Amino acid sequence: MPQNISVVEKILSANDRLAQENRTRIDSAGVFSINIMASPGAGKTLLIEQTIRALQSKLRIGMINGDIATSLDADRAAAAGAQAVQINTGGECHLDAIMLQEALLRMDLSTIDLLIVENVGNLICPASFMLGTHKNILVASIPEGDDKPYKYPGTYRGADAVVINKIDLLPYVSFRMDYFQKGIEVLNPGVVQFQLSCRTGEGLEAWRDWLVSQLK
Amino acid sequence: MHELSVSESILEIALRHAYQAGATQVTDLYLVIGQLTSIVDESVQFYWDIIAKGTAAEGARLHFRRIPAEFLCLDCGKIYAPGKEILACPQCQSTRVKVAAGDEFQLDSIDVETASTPASTSSEK
Repeated sequence: MPQNISVVEKILSANDRLAQENRTRIDSAGVFSINIMASPGAGKTLLIEQTIRALQSKLRIGMINGDIATSLDADRAAAAGAQAVQINTGGECHLDAIMLQEALLRMDLSTIDLLIVENVGNLICPASFMLGTHKNILVASIPEGDDKPYKYPGTYRGADAVVINKIDLLPYVSFRMDYFQKGIEVLNPGVVQFQLSCRTGEGLEAWRDWLVSQLK
Repeated sequence: MHELSVSESILEIALRHAYQAGATQVTDLYLVIGQLTSIVDESVQFYWDIIAKGTAAEGARLHFRRIPAEFLCLDCGKIYAPGKEILACPQCQSTRVKVAAGDEFQLDSIDVETASTPASTSSEK
């Protein structure tokens, strides 16, 4: 006998529930956590390395890295002084709450203050999957072009802070900062922004200070 | 391309509701997908055909209802469709806007086949 059943359930509700469990686990350990999202090559890993180096005398830092293959990025974070765990997603284009849950089991949360999760380099998918971290950080970079907020509205909307990296390349690239920022402003009014260069170190202090202020 | 995990979630939700209703087969699924969610219908269908095989939802048809994105201007109240480079309000140029539609991503309902004797299914409850 045919029958229509009303469901009305969010498709990613299972992921959202697991993200909530992750948050509870992170909170109960007294850890502050950030999820770093960006396209490949925006400078996520260098930003993380610089952040670890700048803060390791004050904070104990853990880093979980998601990549399709290799542990190159986790190795760099470990070399910079963090407790690092690698997740190889084996083709998946994003981290989800289950992957983070498994990685959290491999990390001693009681020995860290700040947890940095580096998502897979991708501007589309990671925004759809909540992980349970406290803040989403989007890293944009000058050579990617100024149209990215218009092309990837989902990711820009979900960010709690936007880091604009590689500002040392501004003289060499046609990048209209006002156009870029206008796009961000519509999608995510008032979101905190940092213009910096991980290579030269310019602007890193403001980012670092903001991050530290979030831990309190 | 995260349609594989999406398809798995859809299957899990559909089978759970079908099981609760005592259904034997899921024949149709009605999905509501907002434009801002970056989901490709054809990809979901592709994975669906693979992962639903051997389950009570094998061969079920997926129906997609697409919801176009709509922004609401908080200053002048205009509701508009964001365009290629139009994100700010086209009427008053305000950037104080919020998303009014396009975020939806849910399974609305399913069509199922239940055992032909309704008396037996109701007595199980």
